[in-house]
Amino acid sequence: MSDMASTPYFSLAILFFAALGFGLAPLGLAWLWGRVFAPPKPNAIKNAIYECGLESKGDAWVQFNSAYYLYAIIFLIFDVEAVFLLPFAVAFTGLGAAACLAMLVFVLMLVEGLAWAWAKGVLTWA
Amino acid sequence: MAVDEQLKSEMARQGIVVTSLQELYNWGRRSSVWPMNFGLACCAIEMIATTMARWDMARFGAEVFRPSPRQADLLIVSGTVTKKMAPQVVRLYNQMPEPRYVIAMGACAISGGPFKQGYNVLKGIDRYIPVDVHIPGCPPRPEALLQAFIELQKKIDAQPLTGEGRPRFLDVDAQGEFPVPEPGEHDLEPTSNKGVWTVPVVIK
Repeated sequence: MSDMASTPYFSLAILFFAALGFGLAPLGLAWLWGRVFAPPKPNAIKNAIYECGLESKGDAWVQFNSAYYLYAIIFLIFDVEAVFLLPFAVAFTGLGAAACLAMLVFVLMLVEGLAWAWAKGVLTWA
Repeated sequence: MAVDEQLKSEMARQGIVVTSLQELYNWGRRSSVWPMNFGLACCAIEMIATTMARWDMARFGAEVFRPSPRQADLLIVSGTVTKKMAPQVVRLYNQMPEPRYVIAMGACAISGGPFKQGYNVLKGIDRYIPVDVHIPGCPPRPEALLQAFIELQKKIDAQPLTGEGRPRFLDVDAQGEFPVPEPGEHDLEPTSNKGVWTVPVVIK
């Protein structure tokens, strides 16, 4: 026991459990209060799915198409590209061949990404 | 058990605070009434103004406007309740957990107001749900809403936790569900909630 208490991580472990208790105790007390003291008056309307006062249609557990995720990724790529292309276009006349080449490589890499997405059929909505 | 007022002030002079569970409970309830983020018409603009810096409803502990009825204690019916909107208002009231309170704000919400003769306006929301405080005016000034809120706080403060006149949520037998009207052929069906509102007899 004295070995355990002497390790430098012992105080951290104590703090970890204190932090855990600090978070869980209010939740537990709220749950207990709800169970013991709050008199529930449930009914069909109250337990219904909340939809701005309207009667809900269908289930609340809607699944989103994962195609949204791929679209978001592609959008992100071209969003960042626009940030880089704008200063490039503004300073274009004063740029050397090396800078133009670097930018060309950057754009080609993104085009490659687009070509990959196209080939994979991401651009067609399934 | 109520605390003797004289004894209480005497002890307060000596530096001892005496309270009862009921007072403490009601103090907590009235000091954190969360209204629902819900506006119907022009009165809602006044309601918004009431929450902003100039009138600052936060002074009364009611600045937390909740966007869901599950977390709200107070429904401020701020504006004209059309017959198309009335079922939604009643359903939202039903979806609020107890204890719940209602302030009917403005001439429209309490009686139909300037649109009382209109075919599509509900002549007062108290036909379907119990209203705690009515505010007249078209629209009422933010001060009027603040006063209504203070009146509601007084009402909460005065509610006994047991016996006659206790709040609905502490009464097991009290009505919990308020029927949501459906749009009928000519009017809402039913035209009023009989348990909440008595149809006045019109003598011609």
